[in-house]
Amino acid sequence: MTFLNFLINGISLGSIYAIIALGYTMVYGIAKMLNFAHGDVIMVGAYICFYAITRFSLPPLVGVVLAMIVCTMLGIVVERLAYKPLRSAPSLAVLITAIGVSYFLQNAALLLWSSNPKVFPSFFVLESGGAAKTGVELFGGQLKISYVTIVTIAACVVIMLALTWFTGRTRLGKAMRACSEDKGAAQLMGINVNGTISMTFAIGSGLAAIAGVLLCSAYPTLVPTTGSMPGIKAFTAAVFGGIGSIPGALLGGLLLGVIEIFAKAYISTQLSDAVVFAVLIVVLLVKPAGLLGKQIREKV
Amino acid sequence: MKKRTKTSRRNAFTYALVILAFAILQAMTAAGAISSSLKGMLVPICAYVVMAVSLNLTVGILGELSLGHAGFMSVGAFTGVTAAVALQASVPSAPLRLLIGMVVGAAFAALAGFLIGIPVLRLKGDYLAIVTLAFGEIIKSIFNNLYVGVDSHGFHFSLLSDKTNLAEGGKLIIAGPMGIGGIQKIATFTAGVLLVLVTLFVVFNLVNSRAGRAIMAIRDNRIAAESVGINVTKYKMMAFVVSAALAGAAGTLFAMNYSTIVANKFDFNTSILVLVFVVLGGLGNMLGSIVAAAALTILPEALRQFSDYRMLVYAIVLILVMLTTNNPTLRSYLDRAKAAVTGKRHEKEAA
Repeated sequence: MTFLNFLINGISLGSIYAIIALGYTMVYGIAKMLNFAHGDVIMVGAYICFYAITRFSLPPLVGVVLAMIVCTMLGIVVERLAYKPLRSAPSLAVLITAIGVSYFLQNAALLLWSSNPKVFPSFFVLESGGAAKTGVELFGGQLKISYVTIVTIAACVVIMLALTWFTGRTRLGKAMRACSEDKGAAQLMGINVNGTISMTFAIGSGLAAIAGVLLCSAYPTLVPTTGSMPGIKAFTAAVFGGIGSIPGALLGGLLLGVIEIFAKAYISTQLSDAVVFAVLIVVLLVKPAGLLGKQIREKV
Repeated sequence: MKKRTKTSRRNAFTYALVILAFAILQAMTAAGAISSSLKGMLVPICAYVVMAVSLNLTVGILGELSLGHAGFMSVGAFTGVTAAVALQASVPSAPLRLLIGMVVGAAFAALAGFLIGIPVLRLKGDYLAIVTLAFGEIIKSIFNNLYVGVDSHGFHFSLLSDKTNLAEGGKLIIAGPMGIGGIQKIATFTAGVLLVLVTLFVVFNLVNSRAGRAIMAIRDNRIAAESVGINVTKYKMMAFVVSAALAGAAGTLFAMNYSTIVANKFDFNTSILVLVFVVLGGLGNMLGSIVAAAALTILPEALRQFSDYRMLVYAIVLILVMLTTNNPTLRSYLDRAKAAVTGKRHEKEAA
């Protein structure tokens, strides 16, 4: 039963990683850049939601929507100001700019919201018979699943289904795939490439806001650097599944979450990060383009 | 007199600049014209300069993006300091102990570079970058949980918790997440500058050798290089290991400047910091790396008057520099200006 508990926790953490990884992988697929500032967008989303709920006592759902709106705008603005002028620049220059944006967001958060840790309110609580319940108990209390876990996994499933539908069926989604395939050809077909890239950033950042709220609901300490480690892990997850592939991000995220929780439970809490990264290295040695990544043949 | 090539003139200029900066700073220190905060930063600046030059070897000359360079610095710092602490009684001379520490640090970092290089160098591009990041994190995790003690029976190691069971008079050197404490601060600015000069010597000679040309050929076109019979793995490994060894020596120097050193100091952010030096200084441009490392280490200090806003200003400066240096209009203007200047010089020579 404890095994099942760990597995569920792992899937829950993995779902959060997967949602973040989707942002990385979509942006990489279309703009061919590693957006290191993505982790900090998560943090911004979590702060917005936190203040909406505690300071302005808005209902949680409104807080989440507000966080999504702010993060979407943030994503678009950052893309316009910092990344768009570098469309034709070498990839390292874009990488350093992304790092600059990441520093900027962290330090702006530090100034705006101070470095004091905020305790994120848990709003996944049900009132039943006077007592507040935070989760369901199965098998006579042996298996406890918190509502946060259920909501997280459900959110991940919904987001995946919506994204699959969006990229496969809608005009905008098809435009997105076309741009990631070949920008020049897409432009010749009348697709607004810059608009599509902006939209990809917007979607990724909106997802990051959701991930931020879910992350802070599960691990309720909020500081300006909250986003950086999950950001790196999610980036690893995206590479793990094959960067640029949407199902790969889901698979990579889930696997990474499960491996991390199992490593914490059965090997060592302190070394869990090392185990996660070691698994990544082994996978990349066997499959150098990630689990679901496309292996590109080199032509001479 | 033998006519010197453009490269060797440039290299000589770099050496001269480092020595000149050293002389000026020494004179200022002697005259007391230097603030104490800057004085405390001289050794870290040297360490970062060595880090930047060595990373430039991997990123600029070999052409592979590494996001885990701080891992090698960490290996060098911990092994080098351990050696220095263990030899405290038997080697009384501090400079000699520092030298031994740096050599040990460099050797272990080179070993780590070799072991990591075997899997890493088989990968390409962003995948290679992420694996170096992963190794950096693994090294950090390991040093965060490693306990090393020394007593009359020799070294004792244990992982996760302190199970070293040292004999009477033994000393715990690395104490897991507490790192190494009570380090004698034997790193000096002179030693730092010497290490910078040695690093430049190694890198310049490597780049200007047959091996260096092979490495650059691999960077420019791996398939073409392979087809003219260059052993790709060997030369890639050579550049990677040299880069790791130099980073290890820098790590020892860096650690010997502080009384305590913890593994978390050498995290992903440190790797990124060094990468920023390299990219801002220009890929493959060692002088640029030196100037960028020194300037960007001093910049947050110089921005102290902005107090809380200094890191924000730093971030904005970083973004603006990247935007302006990569702006196509500005770039073509600079190129034309450069062509005009060099073109004129050619005319003079012809006349």
